[in-house]
Amino acid sequence: MNKNNLTRRDFLIKSASLMTVVYIIPDLVSKTEAKPLDEKVSSKTKWAMNIDVDKCTKGCTACVEACIEENGLYGMDRPETDSQWIRKLTLKDIKTEKIVELPMLCQHCENPPCCDVCPTGASFRREDGIVMVNQHTCIGCRYCMMACPFKARSFVHENLTEQLTSAPRGKGCVESCNFCANRIDHGSDMTACEEACQKEGHKAITFGDLSNPKSRVNESLASKPSRRLRSDLKLKQRVTYSGI
Amino acid sequence: MDKIIFQRLKIEAPLFWKLFLGLGFFILVGYLCAHYMETEGHYVTGMNNQIVWGMPHVFAVLLIVIASGVLNVASMSSVFNFKLFKPLAPLSALMAVAFLISGLVVLVLDLGRPDRLIVAMTTYNFKSIFAWNIFLYSGFAAILVVYLWFMLDRTVSNYSKPVGVFAFLWRIILTTGTGSIFGFLIARDAYGTAILAPLFIIMSLLYGTVIYFLLLKVINYFQDTLMTDEVKDNLRKITIFFLFANLYFLALYHITNLYISKHYDYEVFILTAGGIYTIIFWIGQVLIGLLLPLYLLLNKNSNNESNFMISSLLVVFGSFAAIYVIIISGQAFPLNIFNDYIIVESSFYDNVIHDYTPSLYEIGLGIGGVALSLIIILIAIRNLDFLPSVIQIRKPLVDEKSD
Repeated sequence: MNKNNLTRRDFLIKSASLMTVVYIIPDLVSKTEAKPLDEKVSSKTKWAMNIDVDKCTKGCTACVEACIEENGLYGMDRPETDSQWIRKLTLKDIKTEKIVELPMLCQHCENPPCCDVCPTGASFRREDGIVMVNQHTCIGCRYCMMACPFKARSFVHENLTEQLTSAPRGKGCVESCNFCANRIDHGSDMTACEEACQKEGHKAITFGDLSNPKSRVNESLASKPSRRLRSDLKLKQRVTYSGI
Repeated sequence: MDKIIFQRLKIEAPLFWKLFLGLGFFILVGYLCAHYMETEGHYVTGMNNQIVWGMPHVFAVLLIVIASGVLNVASMSSVFNFKLFKPLAPLSALMAVAFLISGLVVLVLDLGRPDRLIVAMTTYNFKSIFAWNIFLYSGFAAILVVYLWFMLDRTVSNYSKPVGVFAFLWRIILTTGTGSIFGFLIARDAYGTAILAPLFIIMSLLYGTVIYFLLLKVINYFQDTLMTDEVKDNLRKITIFFLFANLYFLALYHITNLYISKHYDYEVFILTAGGIYTIIFWIGQVLIGLLLPLYLLLNKNSNNESNFMISSLLVVFGSFAAIYVIIISGQAFPLNIFNDYIIVESSFYDNVIHDYTPSLYEIGLGIGGVALSLIIILIAIRNLDFLPSVIQIRKPLVDEKSD
């Protein structure tokens, strides 16, 4: 061992190298990876989703399970108080009595009643159309839940311990689908529910940027007529349904 | 008019402390209930993702509505020159402060994050009626304090009338704001109508008047100078008027809803098929809260004081039923998400009438709020000169010129 032979020059070179490895390189690397996060959200991007009810398969809950996994929405086995960001509904046509199934989630309205009523502005709509809750300023008054016509929001009724860093949640705040904002901000253009639906081979859920003519959601909208739920309320939701 | 001499409540110390400790006990229980709900989370309450506003909101809204209403006596004195009530006006404003503070405390303690009150006080979304209400409520409290000062301090009492007029206008706007919390909710069939705002105003006038009468009656037990026959008779007459007005606006609200086809299903639900909610509406709100008191007060024996007492207690019961029906049954009725489909199956209870069983914690918090308002009044009238030594009887009751 020649520890004592370390010259001043070697010491300085090794120290500088170590500093570079520990501090500078990770910083450069992370900057490269996080580039989309640095970009301001713009109204040039218009995130939207279309759900083809004819393709939604009876009994399939892949989208619900994917959402639970993506956002760490583990429940306490208390269905009345556990959060549900997306749920499956079974419907019967009043005229034809035809039975259909569809996923129900936050409809990401352009005129969102939840944001209108929120006293602190914690419920907000991003420039790209994503409606979400700022978990740092939500006071848990639940007025947005009273205002939502689609029952899309849940209140966190108890202590949580295993939240994901990608999906901050906390007791006493309201939460709902945010179109997988964390994924989107990291450069993806696919929500967890769409990915799961595609993996199952159903392709009932299509997501994408309305501003991009070649996006999956635009192709879906072009192939089949679609409509908004409760269009009488003029909320201009970004989630539309085909086949109902 | 002669100068009014105000004095403190003549109550023996042991009795005061017994009342103080009794009310304090309920406040402590209320606090402990709130603390438990906050630390454990709201799953320990009867509220859930279907009924998101429960018993604490019923108590809070009722207390705030009463806060606006009990100011009637002061408003009639300051705004409408009703001289008889002038000596009783400071007590009226005091009660308004007390009920307002208590209502707000209950409301805040039921928040999911009451520790973020500072966020609510500093970050506003002015499109939200809730945000406006934060201003309306805190502003009302500030105006009442100034109003009290101007009424009780002779050096500035000349200005009590304009402040009284301002407080009157403010409380009308405040109750409009409270009613609009529900009136602006387009999603639910029970709400989304502007009639809720005047309905809330008339409810506040009625509930505030009877609460004032009942509390005055209790205070009068210790100090037999407050409740003259004339005061009683006038309170009785305006109670009858407010009962009629309440019936009118309630009928208008439901008839309008029956006429608006998108609200029709809810109306059928609440009027005929809503189970416990229908029972509370007809028996609690309409029969006990409005018709029976009206019958008793219009009865030939209505001069009988006990009739007025019973009527007032019935109205208080009815007030609770009324707010309960508005808040709870409005949420219990499922949302109409699809126009052409009925929901057959849902994991989120989309297709059922929601049940709600309030927990003891919620009720404890609400009762704690009521106790808080009473203890504020008790401490204030014991230590400060709020009560007139004598009520003058002179006619005409409406003077041509105000003091």
